[in-house]
Order: sequence, then structure tokens, then C-alpha cells
Amino acid sequence: MPILAYREALNQAMSEEMRKDPSIFLMGEEVGFYDGAFKVSKGMLKEFGPMRVVDTPITEAGFTGVGVGAAMVGLRPIIEMMTFNFAILGLDQIINNATKLHSMSGGQLKVPMVFRGPNGSAKRLASQHSQSLESLYCHIPGLKAIAPSTPKDAKGLLKSAIRDNNPVICFEAQALYGTKGEVPDGEYTIPIGKADIKREGKDVTLIAWSKMLLLCLQTADFLAKEGIDAEVVDPRTLRPLDMETILESVKKTHRVVIVEEAWPYGGVSAQISDRIYYGGLDDLDAPIERVCGEDCPIPYAKNLEEAALPSSEKIIAAVKKVLYLK
Amino acid sequence: MPKTKKDKQGHRDQADLHRSLLRTALLIRRFEEKTAEMYALAKIAGFCHLYIGEEAVAVGAIGAAREDDYVITTYRDHGHALARGVEPKRIMAELFGKATGVSKGKGGSMHLFDVSRHFMGGHGIVGGHIALATGMGFAIKYEKRDQVVLCFFGEGAVPTGAFHESLNLAALWRLPVVYICENNRFGMGTPVERSSALYDIAHVARAYDMPFHHLDGMDILESYKHMSQIIKGVRSAKRPIFVEAQTYRYMGHSMSDPAHGHYRTKEEIDAQKSRDPIQQLKQHLLEEKQIDEKAIRLMEEEIDGIVQDAVKFADESPDPPLSSLMDDVYVD
Ligand SMILES: Cc1ncc(C[n+]2csc(CCOP(=O)(O)OP(=O)(O)O)c2C)c(N)n1
Ligand SMILES: [Mg+2]
Repeated sequence: MPILAYREALNQAMSEEMRKDPSIFLMGEEVGFYDGAFKVSKGMLKEFGPMRVVDTPITEAGFTGVGVGAAMVGLRPIIEMMTFNFAILGLDQIINNATKLHSMSGGQLKVPMVFRGPNGSAKRLASQHSQSLESLYCHIPGLKAIAPSTPKDAKGLLKSAIRDNNPVICFEAQALYGTKGEVPDGEYTIPIGKADIKREGKDVTLIAWSKMLLLCLQTADFLAKEGIDAEVVDPRTLRPLDMETILESVKKTHRVVIVEEAWPYGGVSAQISDRIYYGGLDDLDAPIERVCGEDCPIPYAKNLEEAALPSSEKIIAAVKKVLYLK
Repeated sequence: MPKTKKDKQGHRDQADLHRSLLRTALLIRRFEEKTAEMYALAKIAGFCHLYIGEEAVAVGAIGAAREDDYVITTYRDHGHALARGVEPKRIMAELFGKATGVSKGKGGSMHLFDVSRHFMGGHGIVGGHIALATGMGFAIKYEKRDQVVLCFFGEGAVPTGAFHESLNLAALWRLPVVYICENNRFGMGTPVERSSALYDIAHVARAYDMPFHHLDGMDILESYKHMSQIIKGVRSAKRPIFVEAQTYRYMGHSMSDPAHGHYRTKEEIDAQKSRDPIQQLKQHLLEEKQIDEKAIRLMEEEIDGIVQDAVKFADESPDPPLSSLMDDVYVD
């Protein structure tokens, strides 16, 4: 299998779909001439031309709405957000329009649109540029949300998102763009709503997505050295959640730690935890632990930023807690 | 101006004023050259946007303002903070992420704040702070004060909704805000021709019946002269004005963007450098005999000393204590 970087996998997903379906276009800041702020769309302007790879001014509210409007009359936009911090400006169009039109029109309209870009912290960017905002989106009915952690998942899930007839949010991460992994040759997709066991284990279930999944895999190796065998579950899709796979794992390990970069209050991990208590209470041998970002804006200083984010140390401590180990 | 009496900013005469403008511009230039060095040494991290080449705008405008006028700007904020008189060592400490920084190490390069000097921050979300400036103008009007707000932003912010909503409100309600567009021709890698439907950016003010001015943003004295009149006008007429300062950034968009290559050529940058604001002013002052080579040398030495001290201070300052992580999330 070829080894690809995460950004190349996203690029392949978009390019392959765009070759097949002329109604798909990519729009966002610096996606064309600059080859993407993080080079995800590298070479795409050259291949598809400026009508299909569209550079915009700094107008997130406007071009998110443009995406929704174009989707209402038959196009299939991929709207790239330079980061999710700026996507907040487009959130009105997502909440009030993209997710309402199908239902509000009694099923007459649909909004087949992908809204994607990097989410979360990316080293010393301070509080306005470091936010993990997936829970805001996952709150909203009518939206689907994916958060792939590997190049293979990124390509397969983004393809499914592009083909989906609903608005789909794709959470990427700056720290993931350069990570490499095997990506199958040829055509494949990964279904939205299907979790994946990234590491099998029997003592504890770690649940995480996107960049935090990699942290959990790394931490699982540390835990293995201490004789703790962690299973690592990647929901991959945050809405709808694949509770079947998660509950299956809980049945096996009886202990759960959920790791999320975002703030704890109302986080996606709180939702997952709620669903585990609801569907798997009898299987639990300990209360669920959540390791989240600290409940504060992310500071610039190196030591404070590190302290504000989940870490292996925090995950290990939570694992020991659910295992009642000192 | 009479020789003995000092003006409001404490200058004895015009030559004194000009030397002081040169000194501020030089301080910004040297400070930022040092910042680039410190970034390369990883003493500074994250996003860091230099103002080198654009100094005339902040030096002229803030130099022309009263000390109690408010200043608010974008993430490209070192120059504005220095022009406002924020202590260089506390800015450098902020860039280093130290406890002694102006924002206690929590803001970094993009988020310098010194509220005691009415320096209302560097802001990271393009366009958002334009509405904040408008709100400050509202408060000034509300309390019948006679300050003005200087709001700086790039031409890249002109297409944003916050910009247009703000201009309409300020014009509608007659708020004392000077909207200063620093048109450096690029927003990241996008030239203004590809982001604005308006060829002449300043004409955007016409949509809101707001007066507007063009300003040579590479000429410190012109910037100072025009901004003095503009600020005076806003203060007395109590209505907003739009200023387009045509300027140029020599460096990449941020420290992680090369100066040239993808979206502009080295030749283009070199051509702009031939109008360097600091060189122009030095030349002019020498010709007018308002300064001599020796005085320039002394000024440069003094500034080098300030910048060295700033680095030393930042280096020797402590990291913020871990216990400060949850501080300042809520007001007690
Ligand atoms: C709402 C928003 N969208 C995108 C960005 C990313 N971004 C940061 S600076 C910038 C370009 C801004 O250009 P301009 O306003 O001309 O200011 P300059 O950097 O040239 O001083 C962009 C797109 C952002 N910070 N905020
Ligand atoms: Mg600009």
C-alpha cells in the first residue's frame, strides 16, 4: 500500500471525486493560487481551474452561505475553512441555514455540502487560534461530523462526506497534515457512522478522535510497559456515533477513559459518556473518566499551553484511576 | 512653534518632533529585526507577524493622537504597541511567553494589551476588532468624552461583514473613530486585486457617506501631518473617517511565510524598499539639517541598547507560574 501524508489523502479524496462529478467545487481562503494555507489543495487549481478551485476574500460568513446557496440549486460544494476558529464566522449559515433547509422546506431542498479544515491547537497560537470546537457542531441536528485520525480514514471518510446528501463537517488538525500512513490503492470509502478499533486490548478502553487518537495510541504503548493492555477506539464519526462498537469494547474491558482536546463542559466526550452510561452501565466496573482540555482559553506561554491540553501523563493517571491503581 | 515651549507631546520644535518620529520608527524596526532573530532561536513561537516596511502608518497616526485616545489593531501589533509607548522589554517578554509580559505571557505576539496606555490590543480574528473599535467610539459618545479611537486593520479585513456593519453604524451614529486601513497590498498570499471588488479601497467609505483620505503609508512625515488633521477633524466634528494608508510589508505574512516566492517577486519587494520610510526620513532630516550623522549614530546606539535590554529582560524573566493557568478566566 502506498504511504501518504494526511494532507495528500485529503487532496486525493477531493480530486478523485471532482474528476467524477463536475458539480463538486472547492472554495475557501488561499485554496487556489497559494495551494492551500496548509497545502491540502496543492495542485488542484492547476488541474481543475479557477471556477472549481475558488479563492475567496476573508469572508467566512459570506462564502459559507454561498456554499449553502449553491448546494440548494444543485452543486456540491466543499468549503474549506482556514481554521475552525474562523469558521465561527460561518456558523450562522451552518446552524440557521444549512441544517434547517431540508426540514424547513418539508424535504424539498437538500444541502449536500462539506465544510472542512483544521480544528484545535497547533502549538503556541494563543487563545483565539487554538480552539477545538467540535461540540458546537455536534449539537446540531441535520449535521454529520467526521474527525479522521489517519490518512486512510481521512481519504475514505472525506469521500463519503462528499457523496453524502447532507451537510458534513470534517475536523482535521494542523498537527495531522504531515503525519503519514498507508492508504489503500484504488477506490474505497469509509462509511460515516462507523467506529474503528485502532488497538485491541482488554484492560481499559481509551476513546479518542483526530489528533488525540494518536496521543492515545502513544500512551497505550507506555501503558503496555506497565502491564496495562489498553484498547483504543476511534469513533471517527462524531455524529452519528457508532455506539455499537464502543459498547462492545466496554463489554470487554469494563473501564473507559475518553480523551478530548476541547473544553470539558458540554463536550463530545460528555455525550459519549452519557451514551455509555445509558447503554452499558452494567458493564462498567468504574465511573468513566474524561481527560479534556482545561476549562480555560488556551494561553500562549509554552508551559501553560502544555498544562492546558491533554497529555500522556493525564491519560495514564485517568487510566490508573479507573483501574483503581495507585 | 516657539522654541522654548513644548507642544502637547513634549516636543520643543519641529525638528525635535521629527527626530522623535524617526526614533520611534527606528525603535520599531530594530525591535522587530531582533524579534525575527529571537524567533529563529525559538525563543518566540507561534504566529508572529512583522510590521517591517509599514512603520510610517503607526508612527504617524499614533504620534499624532492624544495619549488618551484609544488604539486597537490586528495581530500585526508590535509597531503599534511601541508607537503607543508600551515598554519594549514587556513586549519582548510577552513574545517570549514570560510572566512579565504585558499580557502575562498568555497572549503572545498577536495579543499585546496595555490598557493603562489605552492600547486595546492585538486581535487575531480578521475584522472582529473593527466592531470593538466602533463600540469604544460608542462609549466615548455615550459619556460625552472627547477622545477618538484609532482602529488599524489590513485591506484584507475590508471584505468582512464586521467591517461593513461597523462603518455603517459609526456613520449612522456619528462615532469618533478613525478607521485606518493599512493597505499593504496582500492578505497572506492574496493580492488586493483578488480580494476586493473596489479598485480604490478608500471609496468603500462612500457607501456609508463617510469622508475618506488616501495616505502615503511609506512616508512618516506625511502620515503624521495628515493624521494630525484627520484626528483633529474627528475630535471636533464627532464623526468617523476612513483612511487608506498605502504601504508595504517587506517580510512574509508571518514568520512561517517566506518573504517572496509564491505570490510576489523579490524585485517587487526591492522596488518598495527603495522608498523605505526610515531611510526617507533620515535623508530628509539630514538635508534639512534637523539631524546630523553623529546624532543618528547616537540614536541608533541608544535604540540598540533598549532592544538588547528588552531581550535580556525577557530572557531572565520567569515563566508564568503553572498556578496562573486558571487565573483571569473570570473576573473575581
Ligand atoms: C476571520 C479570519 N479569517 C481568516 C484568518 C486568517 N488570516 C490571518 S491574517 C490573514 C490575512 C489578513 O490580511 P490583511 O487584513 O490584509 O492584513 P495583513 O496581514 O496584510 O496586515 C488571514 C486570512 C483570520 N485570522 N481571521
Ligand atoms: Mg494586507
